[in-house]
Amino acid sequence: MSTDTADSASEAPITPRIGRIAKRGRGGKGPRYARTGYLFVAPFMIAFTAMFLVPLAYAAWFSLFREQMIGGNVFVGFENYTRAFTDPQLIAGLGRVALFFLIQVPLMMALALFFALALDSALLRLSKTVRLAIFMPYAVPSVVAALMWGFLYGPDFGPIAQLADKLGATAPDFLGDLMLGSIANIVTWEFTGYNMILLYAALRAIPTELYEAAAVDGAGPWRTAWSIKIPLLRPALVLCMVFSVIGSFQLFNEPSIMRTLAPNIIVADYTPNLYAYNLAFVGQEYNYAAAVSFVLGFVIMAGSYIFMLATNRRSRS
Amino acid sequence: MSATPVKARKARPKRSTILTIGMLAAAAYFLLPLFWLVVASTKTTGDLFSTFGLWFAGENNLFTNVGNTFTADDGAFGQWLGNSLLYAVASALGGTFLAALGGYGFAKYRFKGNRAMFMGVLGAMAVPSTALAIPTYLLFSQAGLTDTPWAIILPSMASHPFGLYFMRIYADSAVPDELIESGRIDGAGDFRIFFQVTGRLLTPAIATIMLFMLVQTWNNYFLPLIMLNDPSLYPVTVGLANWQGQAASSGGASGDYIPLVVTGSLISIFPLIVAFLFLQRYWTTGLVSGSVKQ
Repeated sequence: MSTDTADSASEAPITPRIGRIAKRGRGGKGPRYARTGYLFVAPFMIAFTAMFLVPLAYAAWFSLFREQMIGGNVFVGFENYTRAFTDPQLIAGLGRVALFFLIQVPLMMALALFFALALDSALLRLSKTVRLAIFMPYAVPSVVAALMWGFLYGPDFGPIAQLADKLGATAPDFLGDLMLGSIANIVTWEFTGYNMILLYAALRAIPTELYEAAAVDGAGPWRTAWSIKIPLLRPALVLCMVFSVIGSFQLFNEPSIMRTLAPNIIVADYTPNLYAYNLAFVGQEYNYAAAVSFVLGFVIMAGSYIFMLATNRRSRS
Repeated sequence: MSATPVKARKARPKRSTILTIGMLAAAAYFLLPLFWLVVASTKTTGDLFSTFGLWFAGENNLFTNVGNTFTADDGAFGQWLGNSLLYAVASALGGTFLAALGGYGFAKYRFKGNRAMFMGVLGAMAVPSTALAIPTYLLFSQAGLTDTPWAIILPSMASHPFGLYFMRIYADSAVPDELIESGRIDGAGDFRIFFQVTGRLLTPAIATIMLFMLVQTWNNYFLPLIMLNDPSLYPVTVGLANWQGQAASSGGASGDYIPLVVTGSLISIFPLIVAFLFLQRYWTTGLVSGSVKQ
């Protein structure tokens, strides 16, 4: 099949011992090589256990305690969790990132999908330059992205305010009432190109015979995009969406930088992650911060799961 | 073949001017902040406030700004750049090695728990960074490892499950089982086969993962923010955010910090953009052939 050359290269030496090979099964997937398999994955799994599972288990454990002025750590069971589920600050933060997700992600994904289809359509001149330009922000640290946009939004020497001034108008208050939208714009700027590249990569993997068949049937590029490319992109789209659920609910860097510019708008509990950070490292409430983080983790996992379930069901019907 | 006329039509489609203009406008939006950053880096504090942001002022102050950026706070910025480089390179090398070995193992060997372990690693992607960072910080501080480079390098190496996922998919399609089989018949051990033969087939994926890990560690803000107190260990992201904090907190009085933040930002993104441009051939083919093909 796809490995003709490797087949014929290995054919000659195999012949005398073919019986033994056949018994062992193909491709080393037989039981005899199980031990080697473990050895290959061991370094990753050890590092993963040490840096991921152990800290998580440790956090799960100490989220069940409360630190007291007198008597040190006291086991309180799920008290931190019942507190978290009724904590208005956490609920407000979750609501805010949910709103952010609902506004920002559909917009970003629609743009990324449109750009990927345009790049793949062969209708475009300069497509390589355009692709690089749109992807470029991904190489910019989110801290720097937030700093740059913070200056651009700014009332002092931001070009938008300068232009508005010249026209005798006042620029919108990007760092005030519009803050959530301003952050959404920064995140869109950062990650549209990344999603575009993932979708574009998936598009390149679609066998071209499908397009030829569509062309024979008289389908133009727009029709091909709508009826063939988008349905085939479903797995890649779901992957991008799940990454976006995770990214939106974990929002931290951008609001944390914007906080230096607008401390009254971006309060300490603006997003759940910012809240957990301030609980732990400003308020020293490590135990409660761990519980808050776990609640956030559950929300993210539930969100990703519901999303995958919904898209699966739709594809079946 | 009868499909020749169809192919000819496909190879030379009509280019769309409207689409091209639309896409160039989109590209302009994505480049605009970077253009602003370049322009702003050439200005003095006074010019930043008094001239239009999206065009150059009369005099070019770029070299003075760069000089100031590197000499401010006893040369802290150069140190931050060096730290970022150390953290990014060390964790990208280590992390890519782990991901390549592991992804290959998961793709090419059948053993008990293969699927369960792999799915477990993928599920870990949903864990919020704080949920992990807070206990990691507490464990590292008990081990006396906070405020050392290890506090950044070790967690960054193992915390990119996407690298493993990508490697597994790539190895699955890029390495034919027969190649491993014929190596064994020649009497080579499985690790020797990996390091001398099959591992080379993973090069595009290795280059891709390494580049993305470099970027992620270079751009990481949250982990160094909590792990490091000593400014001489800061990576460039935390250092710049610190300068920004000083610029913002003291208002107009510390206007001197603004050109430092601007010029420092420009310098900090320069290496990554150059890396992406030069390694473009690798990461695009790596992504195309590996990422979402299932």
